[in-house]
Amino acid sequence: MSEITQEQVAHLANLARIALTPQEIESLTSELGSIVDNVAKVSEVATPEVPATSHPIPLQNVYRDDVPGETLTPEQALAGAPDHDGSRFRVTAILGEEQ
Amino acid sequence: MAKAQLMDFDKALELFEPVLGFEVHVELNTRTKMFSTAPNFFGGEPNTNITPVDLGLPGSLPVVNGQAVRYSISLGLALGCSIAPSSRFARKNYFYPDLAKNYQISQYDEPIAFEGSVDVELADGRTFTVPIERAHMEEDAGKLTHVGGATGRIQGAEYSLVDYNRAGVPLVEIVTKPIYGAGADAPELAKAYVATIRDIVVALGISDARMERGNLRCDANVSLRPHGQEKLGTRTETKNVNSLRSVERAVRYEIQRQAQILADGGTIIQETRHWHEDTGTTSAGRPKSDADDYRYFPEPDLLPVVPSAELIEELRAALPEPPAARRRRLKQEWGFTDLEFQDVQNAGLLVEVASTVEAGASPQAARKWWSGEISRIANAREVEASSLVAPADVAALVALIDSGALNDRLARQVLEGVIDGEGSPQEVVDARGLAVVSDDGALIAAIDEALAAQPDVLAKIKDGKVQAAGAVIGAVMKAMKGQADAARVRELVLERASAE
Repeated sequence: MSEITQEQVAHLANLARIALTPQEIESLTSELGSIVDNVAKVSEVATPEVPATSHPIPLQNVYRDDVPGETLTPEQALAGAPDHDGSRFRVTAILGEEQ
Repeated sequence: MAKAQLMDFDKALELFEPVLGFEVHVELNTRTKMFSTAPNFFGGEPNTNITPVDLGLPGSLPVVNGQAVRYSISLGLALGCSIAPSSRFARKNYFYPDLAKNYQISQYDEPIAFEGSVDVELADGRTFTVPIERAHMEEDAGKLTHVGGATGRIQGAEYSLVDYNRAGVPLVEIVTKPIYGAGADAPELAKAYVATIRDIVVALGISDARMERGNLRCDANVSLRPHGQEKLGTRTETKNVNSLRSVERAVRYEIQRQAQILADGGTIIQETRHWHEDTGTTSAGRPKSDADDYRYFPEPDLLPVVPSAELIEELRAALPEPPAARRRRLKQEWGFTDLEFQDVQNAGLLVEVASTVEAGASPQAARKWWSGEISRIANAREVEASSLVAPADVAALVALIDSGALNDRLARQVLEGVIDGEGSPQEVVDARGLAVVSDDGALIAAIDEALAAQPDVLAKIKDGKVQAAGAVIGAVMKAMKGQADAARVRELVLERASAE
């Protein structure tokens, strides 16, 4: 049986900025629980010698040359913005700080 | 905490052992961004150097800049790190408008470089080895300007304006392990460490490394523990430390602040702190909390970075001389005394002097200008000397002095012009009409006039009292408004006097 709790689901929802009703939290808790249980099955065969796979496609080292290409104009960049001021996006002041 | 309330630094060290840690972000000077073909250039018109990738528009996909990977490997090798046979990118998820995607592409569990060390030289010549935990690749964030509120800061702001020109600029973040045993040297070590990283990336040619422009940024972690205690104290992370001088001051301040709180029986809150250059203090930022749950996961849009052994060895072979070896070589080549060399090094001017010498100036002249007039102006304006003027301009200035076109007094005026953006030294000379009067005819006319005005001087010189010429030289320099070579004037005065 999985260890997923309603508190964890509520915490995740908050981090992801998704508003959930108590009913949704309850159903998601049991759904996520069975997903975790299924994933746990895989762990039974994945020994430490098996490296974790982050990509199903066997490709690596796909690089781009360091050559500048076309850029957007400020008008294009701002075309989908809800609000702007001059050529900058205008956003609600969010209490926080740059990472 | 006001400075008057801080514990005395020496007393703080009697009671506690400081433990340091640094996160230094280096912006790479590739031509394009980390994951898009937008030019790696910011500071101009907002939102001009961006592509759909930098805005995270639907359907856009990042592609890794191969040059940025090579630069990162070179930096990892220069830090004595192992290069990961395979590393991958990860998404760091957070909601803040400095990145439009709601995540930053970074590296998490598989950084490109890990487990290294950097030898850092202190002012008195002792070497301190700083252990490096990792160096990883990531993208820079955009620039927010907070509008409204009294001070333009986030507190009280009504809204924010966002420029994504910097979003996606390639960064390498260098993370140290906890640094023990620095004791009273902690503030100096902090400064010397960042200066060493700066020297390394400049020598590699992979970053412009201008701290005042944010090319090189340092977050300083400080914690205290009572002497003999194994367990680490709670640390704070001071951000916004944008000069070598600030790094030193911020670490000293945090040691004194934390010591006072602990001695008063208080506890240190684990939080980020903001450094304020003007007051020389730090203030509380946000506490470490849920927001630090970044839910990293492997970036599905990018493939693993698996550098071949050949590539790593090729980059290793191309590494420049390590800074410590380079310093020993330069000291010998320049013929500086220990004191002269330490002065230059402690002022963080080694790169500047070396570049000026490379551009053609004599070592002594380069040292004299950087340690003298340029540092004086930098101190007065409270900025880094390196931000004031380019080494090539200093070399050009020295060349004008050597050719006799400028004397020292005029050269100082020309330097001011260059610093104030009036152009190259020659352009300032032309625009301000500052060249030394090298026309002997004009000098002789002024000398004859001065000699005529002071007939007794002439007699004294003829009597062999050569020092009497000083009065005439002074008068001539005054008549020439200082724009004459005093040595040449002296020669001419003596010539005229003996010819009479």
